Amino acid sequence: MIVAKQKPLEEIIEELQDYTKILVAGCNECVTVCEAGGKKETAILASSLRMYFLNQGKDVKIDEVTLERQCDHEYLEEIRKVIGSYEAILSLACGVGVQFMAEKYFSVPVFPGVDTCFMGVTEERGVWSERCQGCGQCILARTAGICPVSRCAKRLLNGPCGGSTKGKCEIDKELDCAWQIIIDRLKELGKLEQYEQLSPIKDWSTERAGGPRKITREDIRQ
Amino acid sequence: MRLQYPPNVKIICLPCTGKVDLIHILRAFEKGADGVYVAGCLEGACQFGNGNIRARKRVEQAKNILEKVGIGGARVQMYNLSSSEAPRFVEIAKEMTEKITAMGPNPIKMAKKKMAA
Repeated sequence: MIVAKQKPLEEIIEELQDYTKILVAGCNECVTVCEAGGKKETAILASSLRMYFLNQGKDVKIDEVTLERQCDHEYLEEIRKVIGSYEAILSLACGVGVQFMAEKYFSVPVFPGVDTCFMGVTEERGVWSERCQGCGQCILARTAGICPVSRCAKRLLNGPCGGSTKGKCEIDKELDCAWQIIIDRLKELGKLEQYEQLSPIKDWSTERAGGPRKITREDIRQ
Repeated sequence: MRLQYPPNVKIICLPCTGKVDLIHILRAFEKGADGVYVAGCLEGACQFGNGNIRARKRVEQAKNILEKVGIGGARVQMYNLSSSEAPRFVEIAKEMTEKITAMGPNPIKMAKKKMAA
């Protein structure tokens, strides 16, 4: 999932200072799972904002809605009928949702309520960590299912580097060395000989380095 | 025992303090409550494992938000006591009532009245 964290309340308040009719829009997908922008967080933030503005003596109308997804037309369309009653939208979706909202409702200011961080997993409740950088050319088949692009600080394709000590990375003693995990897992799988095969130079043009990416599938396109 | 506690304390019964969510606390203040306290079982004695620990964290989150929105984090408090400690329950009710009385009414309530006038 896409992992995000809520922006500090002070920053959100600053963004919304000039508006008197605001819609706080949550998203039922990734940001719900990482507890940053789901229905619950939307209700909490809307309540906090209502109290803040009331306490400031400002008459600000703050409503809330949580869409199934903000990255699909059909769900964003659900608010078309009411969008005209608001001066601004505070979207608690990831950066994708905020942008799609802004594209769709071109004349309404849309503000982000979360900082979108990475694609990752829930290690335990309250702890999320990165697993994928969407490089566009998956190499997990060669690396025992552990991604050195997202989990190695240097993104080494033939690691580890000299900074790996007792299974930890030199940038952080708490951080596992991705290549140590790869080697451990290759051993466990009885495929350590794969480690001897050097990875060729990766084509980074499929990653962000090649500019904004797009997938078009003519076989399913309507 | 039939002990008396301040009549301004309105009790909301829940099966466990683990049921208390942050939004419940915030809504109470939004509706005009002057203070909220959550009375959970003693830590380590939760029948459901860690309901009271969860409640404590949510009370801390509420404190943080109330402080930021200008209502005052001290208006919300977590207490832990056993269900057999009636005198302690009364003591807490008095303590919280005195503390909130000293702080004055919830500014949200006052702002709403002012706006309606």
